[in-house]
Amino acid sequence: MLETDLAIVGAGPAGLAAALEAANRGSNVIILERDEWLGGQLIKQTHQFFGSKNEFAGMRGVDIASHFTELVEQEKKIKVFKGATALGYYEDGVLTAAYKRGMLKIKPRTLLIAAGALEKMIPFINNDLPGVYGAGAVQTLMNVYGIAPGERVLMVGAGNIGLIVSYQLMQAGIEVEAIIEAAPQVGGYWVHASKIRRMGVPIKTRHTILKARGTREVEGAQICEIDENWDPLPGTEKEVSVDTICLAVGLSPMVELLWQAGCQMQLSPHLGGYVPVRNGNLETTVEGVFIAGDVAGIEEATSAILEGQLAGLAAAQKIGFEVEEEKIQSIKANLKTLRAGPVGEHIRQGLAGVER
Amino acid sequence: MLKNNGVPSREELTEVKPSRERLQQGPVVIVECIQEIPCDPCYYACPRGAFYPFSDINSKPEIDYDKCNGCSICIANCPGLAVFVVDFTYSEEEGLLQIPYELTPLPEKGEEVVTLNRSGEEIGTGRVVKVLNTKKQDRTAIVSVAVPKEILMEARHIKLRREGQ
Ligand code: SF4
Ligand code: SF4
Repeated sequence: MLETDLAIVGAGPAGLAAALEAANRGSNVIILERDEWLGGQLIKQTHQFFGSKNEFAGMRGVDIASHFTELVEQEKKIKVFKGATALGYYEDGVLTAAYKRGMLKIKPRTLLIAAGALEKMIPFINNDLPGVYGAGAVQTLMNVYGIAPGERVLMVGAGNIGLIVSYQLMQAGIEVEAIIEAAPQVGGYWVHASKIRRMGVPIKTRHTILKARGTREVEGAQICEIDENWDPLPGTEKEVSVDTICLAVGLSPMVELLWQAGCQMQLSPHLGGYVPVRNGNLETTVEGVFIAGDVAGIEEATSAILEGQLAGLAAAQKIGFEVEEEKIQSIKANLKTLRAGPVGEHIRQGLAGVER
Repeated sequence: MLKNNGVPSREELTEVKPSRERLQQGPVVIVECIQEIPCDPCYYACPRGAFYPFSDINSKPEIDYDKCNGCSICIANCPGLAVFVVDFTYSEEEGLLQIPYELTPLPEKGEEVVTLNRSGEEIGTGRVVKVLNTKKQDRTAIVSVAVPKEILMEARHIKLRREGQ
């Protein structure tokens, strides 16, 4: 049995930021990461980040990942297990993980779940044909393994992920036939929409996909317009010739461990699905179990980093390490400013319903 | 409209256009950032203080065009690729457009390229005058293209004419 002050599940932006803050205050930290690399989704983000200049804005996600990875690997108080999948957290405070064909057992004094999110799927005819991908999978293929997912792509969803992945596809020399979006408006930042639009990719709001065409793999798709009730408008069907359909229709928090740990959960459509009820320090209703990043509600990487820092400090404080109150307050203030604008409105609404 | 299809309308564009007089005076920045998003690197990028301080990180950038000399430093610092520089005084017939460019291959000096408007429609041709790609720009190149003055406020992207492009 391994013992530690803080165990962290997930080495994305939230988990890494938390590990560094907690170790900095004296905590011994164990990080469990399912993948063979650190950085989570950051390593696929080749674009420059938005946000405040003080929190990495202007840096590319992949460079933020290397920055964090380097710091974590230098820090002697942090032990990282790559290729370790957390399995459960039990009444006696033991966390288990599958690791190298065996099992790890860890008894942490505090636990942070920063497991990230899962891609959502939408129903349409033939959505199980090879060639239908989630946007995250397309990014992994392209930016981690250097493999082109296809030659001509239909992107479904005009949130930031759909817009950014479309741009990355174009950068990789792959054609994007169109971006379709069921909502009447582009959900992502308009600057992202503009930069793809001026490269000649149409963005069709109030459109949906009806079916994928093809027998053994995607050969095309049928799309159509939808009305105010989100019902297909008969007579507007259109065929597009593509070999890849990329779905960027949202994420849901990966909260299984939190359900299993017995945390009080609440459905919050604004935050992407079921999320744990938490206090202002990101501690759940199970004492000593903290959350940060997409698990706490789907948001951008900048807020995941800030949440990670906050949870890392709060966890260290919880078990008696010294943490200046001003530091905690300043992170909270930064998070608040980040979420203060119109694009943060759904986050503010979501959080109002789950913070105790 | 921007929110419906990514293409700014006339009205949306007037919000981000320097005065006619300023445009005639020489190179000047055009910041096509029309939505309140949590972002502020442009403000920190300008060495001349041409961006007014952000009252809140979500504010839209506002510019003191008299302080801007069109140096183009801010172009590669905007993660939204929303910053351009135009110069109506470049020559008798031509204006100079500077755009952020993140595709490979990069165009070469002297190369003739197709110019695209904000909807991605081809609206003419231009001649590449300079390609800047310093370490500080962190892989966002700045391409300067000479274009007829009539399309200087319309052209916002370029397409290379090489084989397979
Ligand atoms: S072009 Fe130069 S002077 Fe003008 S706003 Fe940008 S950085 Fe400032
Ligand atoms: S850096 Fe670009 S996207 Fe960010 S606020 Fe400035 S102009 Fe807008």
